[in-house]
Amino acid sequence: MSDIKKFMYLNRRAPYGTIYAWESLEVVLIGAAFDQEVSLIFADDGVFQLVKGSDTSESDMKNFMPTYRTLGDYGVRHMYVDRASLAARGLSEDDLIEVAWEDYETEEEVDNIVEIVDTDQAAKLMAESEVVFSF
Amino acid sequence: MPIEVNGKTLETDEEGYLANINEWEPGVADVMAKEDELDLTDEHWDIINFLREYYEEYQIAPAVRVLTKAVGKKLGKDKGNSKYLYGLFPYGPGKQACRYAGLPKPTGCV
Amino acid sequence: MSDLFTVNKSPFEKNSLEAAIKFSLAGSSILMIEDGVYGAMKGTAAEDMVKGAMSDRKVYALKSDLMARAIKDDRVIEGIEVIDYAGFVDLVEANDKVQAWV
Repeated sequence: MSDIKKFMYLNRRAPYGTIYAWESLEVVLIGAAFDQEVSLIFADDGVFQLVKGSDTSESDMKNFMPTYRTLGDYGVRHMYVDRASLAARGLSEDDLIEVAWEDYETEEEVDNIVEIVDTDQAAKLMAESEVVFSF
Repeated sequence: MPIEVNGKTLETDEEGYLANINEWEPGVADVMAKEDELDLTDEHWDIINFLREYYEEYQIAPAVRVLTKAVGKKLGKDKGNSKYLYGLFPYGPGKQACRYAGLPKPTGCV
Repeated sequence: MSDLFTVNKSPFEKNSLEAAIKFSLAGSSILMIEDGVYGAMKGTAAEDMVKGAMSDRKVYALKSDLMARAIKDDRVIEGIEVIDYAGFVDLVEANDKVQAWV
């Protein structure tokens, strides 16, 4: 029961063109009930999932971008973003949403769990995880 | 089964959740509570309104665990526990209160 | 004789845009839709390729798909025309046929 595993969710797809991003998000939300150490990593087109300012009012699609901002409440501790993937897409940290995290028992707070990492660091983080779910 | 609210017929899914969240009005909660033989108090409305604000901001219905924590933060620790919330909504704060608030069933609720 | 090429895949994930550019004649129109609109962004690894195509082809991007992906007008490469659904229909009518590059 106390066997806490490190789960890493790897997101490599753009948010709306395919169902991958939404499916990953749903699995993270559901999986949060299992008390594991959950981190997310965004690489390749997956970095587009965190770009702020999405407006689906003319697309007849549900805008699920705001949902990422509640992931801290669901126990997600880290959201890593691959620096090279951002750069290749003309994006920087300023384009990304911020996600807060708080432990309600200890009242420990983190203003933003979104963190930009280099590719070799991303590789290390995935290697250190016990399970990597790929979307 | 559709419900009648202030002369309007609103569609619901097979579990009684409103089909279209945009059709919600306070009367929806009143009608649903009446069917469950529950009298809605200000304390119930605090939770219903909280859920609607949460949905507005994050576009999902929160899991019970998240709801409990968030209510505790917003409305005080004495209300942020499952005993208090189940006292208000005996069918489960996630399911029942979300239904009254016009939200979809919380993700991960079976 | 001119065709409308629609591209609906991200240029960073598939080569649909690159291929559509390669296989389209000068004077063709290329319309980016769905994830294809990522090709319309300034400052990306695909920008030079898109600008190259614009020398003798007209490039368009669908507004609703740009909006959903948080690509504001000021981040769209200059010279790409942003159109709505009505503009899409006009483009279809103005061309001989539509080639969907997926």
